[in-house]
Amino acid sequence: MIDVKYSLSKHIVSGIRAIFPRRTAEYFALIGLILILSIIVMAIFAPLIAPYNPIKKVGDILERPSNKFILGTDGLGRDILSRIIFGARTAILVTFLAISISLSVGVFLGLLSGYIGGKFDSVFSLIMDAVYSFPGLILAIVLTAMLGPGIVNTAIAIAVIYTPTYFRMVRGLVLSLKESLFVEAARAIGARDRTIVFKYIFPNVISSVPIVLSLNAADAVLTLAALSFLGLGLPAPTPDWGFDLKAGHAYLAAKIWWPSTFPGLMIVILTLGFSLLGEGINELLNPELRR
Amino acid sequence: MRMASLKVYIVRRILLAIPMVFILLGIVFLIMRVAGDPVSAILGGHAPQEQIQQIKEQLGLNRPLLIQFFDYLGQLLRGNLGRSLIWGQRPVINEIWDHFPATLELSVCSFIISVIIGIFTGMIAATHPNKPLDHTFRLYGIITYGLFIPWIGIMFQLLFGVYLGLLPIGGRIGTLMEPKIITGLYILDGLLTLDFDSLASAIKHLILPSLTLGIYLSGIYTRLTRTHLMEILEKDFIKAARARGLPEKVVIYRHGLKNAFIPILTMMGLQFALLLVGAVLTEITFSWPGMGSLLFERITYRDFTTVQGTVVFFALIVVTVNLLVDIVYAYIDPRIRY
Repeated sequence: MIDVKYSLSKHIVSGIRAIFPRRTAEYFALIGLILILSIIVMAIFAPLIAPYNPIKKVGDILERPSNKFILGTDGLGRDILSRIIFGARTAILVTFLAISISLSVGVFLGLLSGYIGGKFDSVFSLIMDAVYSFPGLILAIVLTAMLGPGIVNTAIAIAVIYTPTYFRMVRGLVLSLKESLFVEAARAIGARDRTIVFKYIFPNVISSVPIVLSLNAADAVLTLAALSFLGLGLPAPTPDWGFDLKAGHAYLAAKIWWPSTFPGLMIVILTLGFSLLGEGINELLNPELRR
Repeated sequence: MRMASLKVYIVRRILLAIPMVFILLGIVFLIMRVAGDPVSAILGGHAPQEQIQQIKEQLGLNRPLLIQFFDYLGQLLRGNLGRSLIWGQRPVINEIWDHFPATLELSVCSFIISVIIGIFTGMIAATHPNKPLDHTFRLYGIITYGLFIPWIGIMFQLLFGVYLGLLPIGGRIGTLMEPKIITGLYILDGLLTLDFDSLASAIKHLILPSLTLGIYLSGIYTRLTRTHLMEILEKDFIKAARARGLPEKVVIYRHGLKNAFIPILTMMGLQFALLLVGAVLTEITFSWPGMGSLLFERITYRDFTTVQGTVVFFALIVVTVNLLVDIVYAYIDPRIRY
């Protein structure tokens, strides 16, 4: 009996200990995760948390932060806190869409291009390298300017920038896996190409995605914010951190700091969350980086 | 022998850059014509039919796509980027040359700032592995990379411009200044013409934007310097140097940093696109009249040809800089040439 009790409490203690980070990298990952999750929770429960309607005039214009409006009101008399909370929806939704598109297109084309090889591969690689070398934001600016504003269009413009990252990573891995023994064995027993690619190569490739994904998400948040800051993101009344930052910029010279400070801070917090998480798992998964 | 192989490498590298240029030009061409309708982008969607036809005629947009593409390439080869659609219809290339020096001045200054901060902080981190200083500067690297340039710029404007009143928050030079323009780089022009009033004004205007962009980029160099220097400091020749009793400063600077420099240098070249993107955002935040502001302004005014020309120009800069970085790298490190 005593033994069981002892081992049980030992399990609980070690369980609790396992939650608490021991290395810097674990701290980074944990803090990053907390930041991201709180913003996701904010996005999901926005209507419950937000004190006011984010697109309605609820007070005087440019009211200072007070008990009634914790973060003040913007140039149209809307509550900044509510706009920030609803803005989380825009940020999370567009980032999620953009990353999903670039991930699926990039991984699929990378698998195909790496496995088929030959001219097909050269052409695709060249195109992807070209997009990769191009300054991403400039590409996205022109794309959104031509596609027009909107959630899906913005997500597509951002996805185009990050597709090459996945493509290049997956293609490189496929090229080396293609020659490995287990693929050769699969081929020897007569497995079809489709089976080899999706059943044998794909699972080996996908494990290296999370790090890139997290760092890309950080970048995507910044790109979305930049597009909205330039007025190329979502149409006007939608709560959007980048757009609100730009709107608040106009009142700066009059010492009205609150309409720009808070939306910008949210952008930085979400980006920081993703980069901390990416940095953390990168170090935890790559033993070579551990020091 | 040495020079011959370098020449071969350079020729090969240039030949490789040519398809890249064509593909980039093709991508820009396709985005400007297929991703959206250029005519409605110019006119805003609600235009009479004859006006649409007139614009199509004027820009040659009613011809087959392939012919348009070859015409566009042909014009580019002759250095012709077309004419602006607004304000006196100046040639696009003139617009670009008017705005490029501002971008160059901002980029060079920010780059210098970021390298100084980055190498300094990275070095401190690398020489105190797993100590609080190391963790601090690692966090610095992560945080700066996640900073949103317009926001950090606005915070600087608030603090140094609006509240402390120390520095101007926008523009390139005081409105009353009339600098003589030789190179278009105001700081250089101020020095050349010995016009110290303009020089002081230009420097004052440059501080906040270049600090904003410099700090944003510095985090990457902090991380690069840290990783590479740490790697080098564990090598045998460092141990040998220490065993010989050389002072720690000499070991770190002469033996460590000098050898870590090549990888750091290459990575700097790869970050060039990031520098340009950062410059675009910084320019717009600080009303800095460079290429980024030009692009943004002309998108707002639906000046289709100038937008296309500016993006083409950006693409060519990137390819050229990547080419130069590769050549310099091959010159420094002969192993690259093979």
